[in-house]
Amino acid sequence: MASEQLEKEPIQEALHQARGWRLGLVLVALLLIAGAIAGKMFSLNVQEQEFLQSQGDARSLRTVQQPAHRGLIVDRNGEPLAVSAPVATVWADPAKTDLQHPSLGKLASALSLNRQRMIKRLADNRSRRFLYLKRQVSPEVAERIRQLDVPGIHVDREYKRYYPAAEVTSHLVGFTNLDGEGAEGVELAYDDWLRAEAGQQLVMKDRLGRTIKHIRSVSPAQHGKELKLTVDLRLQYLAYRELKAAVQAHNADGGSLVMLDAASGEVLAMVNQPSYNPNDPSQRRSAALRNRALTDTFEPGSTMKPLTMAAALMSGKYSLDSKVDTSPGYLRLKGHTIRDHRNYGVLDLTGIITKSSNVGTTKLALSLDEGSVRNMMYNVGLGQVTGTGFPGERTGVLPFLQAKQVVERATMSYGYGLSVTALQLAQSYLPLANHGILKPVSLVKGMEGDKPLRVMPGQVADEVLQMMETVTQRGGTGRRATVPGYRVGGKTGTTHKVGGSGYLDDQYMSVFAGIAPVSNPRLVTVVMVDNPKGQEYYGGEVAAPVFSRSMAGALRLLNVTPDSWPENNTQVVSR
Amino acid sequence: MNARDFQRTMPEAGEHLRRRPGLWSYTRLDGWLLALLLILCGVGLLILYSASGQDMGYVSRQAVRMAAGFLVMIVLARMSPRFIGRWAIWFYVAGVALLVAVLLFGVGAKGAQRWIALPGFRFQPSEIMKLALPLMLAYYLANRPLPPRMKHIFISLVLVGMPTVLIMKQPDLGTSLLIAASGIFVLLFSGILWRYVFAALGLAAAALPGLWMVMKDYQKQRVLTFLDPESDPLGSGWNIIQSKTAIGSGGVTGKGWLHGTQSQLDFLPESHTDFIIAVVAEELGLVGVLALLLLYLLIIARGLMIAVNAQDCFGRLVAGSVTLTFFVYVFVNIGMVSGLLPVVGVPLPMVSYGGTSIVTLMAGFGLLMSVHSHRAMLLR
Repeated sequence: MASEQLEKEPIQEALHQARGWRLGLVLVALLLIAGAIAGKMFSLNVQEQEFLQSQGDARSLRTVQQPAHRGLIVDRNGEPLAVSAPVATVWADPAKTDLQHPSLGKLASALSLNRQRMIKRLADNRSRRFLYLKRQVSPEVAERIRQLDVPGIHVDREYKRYYPAAEVTSHLVGFTNLDGEGAEGVELAYDDWLRAEAGQQLVMKDRLGRTIKHIRSVSPAQHGKELKLTVDLRLQYLAYRELKAAVQAHNADGGSLVMLDAASGEVLAMVNQPSYNPNDPSQRRSAALRNRALTDTFEPGSTMKPLTMAAALMSGKYSLDSKVDTSPGYLRLKGHTIRDHRNYGVLDLTGIITKSSNVGTTKLALSLDEGSVRNMMYNVGLGQVTGTGFPGERTGVLPFLQAKQVVERATMSYGYGLSVTALQLAQSYLPLANHGILKPVSLVKGMEGDKPLRVMPGQVADEVLQMMETVTQRGGTGRRATVPGYRVGGKTGTTHKVGGSGYLDDQYMSVFAGIAPVSNPRLVTVVMVDNPKGQEYYGGEVAAPVFSRSMAGALRLLNVTPDSWPENNTQVVSR
Repeated sequence: MNARDFQRTMPEAGEHLRRRPGLWSYTRLDGWLLALLLILCGVGLLILYSASGQDMGYVSRQAVRMAAGFLVMIVLARMSPRFIGRWAIWFYVAGVALLVAVLLFGVGAKGAQRWIALPGFRFQPSEIMKLALPLMLAYYLANRPLPPRMKHIFISLVLVGMPTVLIMKQPDLGTSLLIAASGIFVLLFSGILWRYVFAALGLAAAALPGLWMVMKDYQKQRVLTFLDPESDPLGSGWNIIQSKTAIGSGGVTGKGWLHGTQSQLDFLPESHTDFIIAVVAEELGLVGVLALLLLYLLIIARGLMIAVNAQDCFGRLVAGSVTLTFFVYVFVNIGMVSGLLPVVGVPLPMVSYGGTSIVTLMAGFGLLMSVHSHRAMLLR
């Protein structure tokens, strides 16, 4: 015990000596190191704080787009023609996508993509940070993908344009491209009005790109404004059905139908054949895309005769009693021969319209001032764009003619040597239906066209309309345009189509332009069928029945009072 | 006359040195150290709650480990340093054997083979060595004439070198350096002559290029990244850039507990383990970091006080080594997160989420308490 004590004594002594300065050194070293740490923390937390703070914000703060939907397009009764349905866009950040993730198979099948091909595409684009996987995915699929929660796969909200009436309104309404910009039709013409302004929002995102917190709105999302068209979807359906049936029955190349409100000039229906389904991008072929009623011009033919007649009546040289000798059924002018179907002999003015006499019309036109027929045609809007603002609308051709151009003056009076669109033709009949006042056509509610304009005396317009009624009566060329219960006025037109070397013998444009009811005109309708093949090709045979059926339906739908009850339709109201 | 007889005849002698009898003195715990550790653990759990993304699962698992750590500490505090010293050599031998076993049969994670899997749980033998080595060295040197001679220094270096190399092989550079440091500290405290210290420093400096040669690629990469983190900002530099950003964006007072954006939004990697101090800096600011640092320094100060007041050489060497190793933990971790040091995987004591290191550290404090509370033994 004692020896143990002794042995330890010197050790304890040595330790006590060493203790003082050695411990001091250790303490100084520790404090220096602690000071270094505190200093480093100070420099990071205070001196570099601003820079590092901004670096931190740069990692977590993001501006995101708040999707806004495009304006609705509706018909005059508020029926939707173009709506924006919420859909989702699925995109990948290939650099951050885990290609081994077990849910990739489920992802591919949810998007109905080939799994191998999708993974290969991701692998091939490893260096990119953005890759569309699929656009316009339904909300249900988007939710499923969100729940798979594959890193690097993102789902964004978008809107897809959907057209409930599909091919019935496709030419009119048009469609948008994948980025939601108007590409055709009203969608293009009124793009600024319909366009939505996506909002900007500042959000906080975590490392995986998930939004954690909304900080503030930078700019609010602005939805597009609603656009109300003048068309009536019911009439549109009706017109489409009748036109399509006729085009199919006659194996025609195409056709157009335009229906206007006689007083306001509003377009109530505008349909074309062939058409396409705007909801199916694969159907968007150029031939079907044309709104032929506006973009295709044709020689109006005999449908111009009422306008020549109005010019004749306005000149004061003619009255309803005036007689014109059309025998022998043809007329030679500077080596050209103008023919009627047969020799009609002496006709009064009404007879010229009823029989559609080229000779009679020519004699009237040549007896007038050289500009009066053209002026009448110009005043009712031919040779100019209408006020619809529709993209791709054509003006047609309405040449100036001099006094010595008698052949041209003659042919123009019965509708050759000028070209019109179906819409222009319909507009040119508006003053005849509206006591001489032209209210230019319009396509959009609340966007009035030009001011109403008197283009002929009311009495002249009414007289020409009376003459046109005879066309649909016994002995007229448009018997099949009659509408049971209503008095109908109109004019047939059949013109040879123009080919590479002049008029084609066996190809026709079959046209009927008409007004109903004559007693108190409500509707002006033009039917044009392009190149009907088969036995029938006259306007009175091909276009007139379409006119009749669509007008019958339209007048009934609009509750227009009939002029008389059809005899075979009388019902026993009480016993 | 032996001590017992002396005490019997003069019962009042040394009365002022004697502990108050009772339950508290029976536990042999050190009140100061216990209080500081309890505060640290409490703060650590609060920080972990935020850093883990408010996951109570992490917090409760950590609390269980802390409880286990306190249990080990209480048990060790009860044991006398002499008893512990006698077992040190077996402890050390077992540790080395397990380290060899880990290289042969160990299970790995992230390219390193560090664990031994037993049915039910798995553990890292390197953790045992963190205590076994200082105990072994202290026991060895305490029974040799001091200051130690060349021969004893050489044997000590062999004792340090064996576990260090074995752990480096796993590979686990951070732990092997920590363990080497704990051994070196024992040598330093043993009163080794300063010329030896300077000679060793010179040798180490000369050996640096050689060390570079044997370092693994990922270790070289870490050093390069430390020297210039922006050279590979999205790769190996990401951790350190992110942690500096998180620290700096906290400012003086921080963004508030649970309100750090970098940590809560997952931008900060390893936010609940090695880089947890960045969460403290971002959410509690410079003030929070300095307060935490002060808490650590108080614990270290108490540890050094225990070492200074130790009555025998073994106790003093053990206490000094354990305290300085604890300090190295804190310094290396904060230094690495703030960009002062290269990234080595060293957790922040009692705050970082992670199993065995907490128990080991607590066991170390148990040794400190044992050393301190068994002082008056001779006088009893």
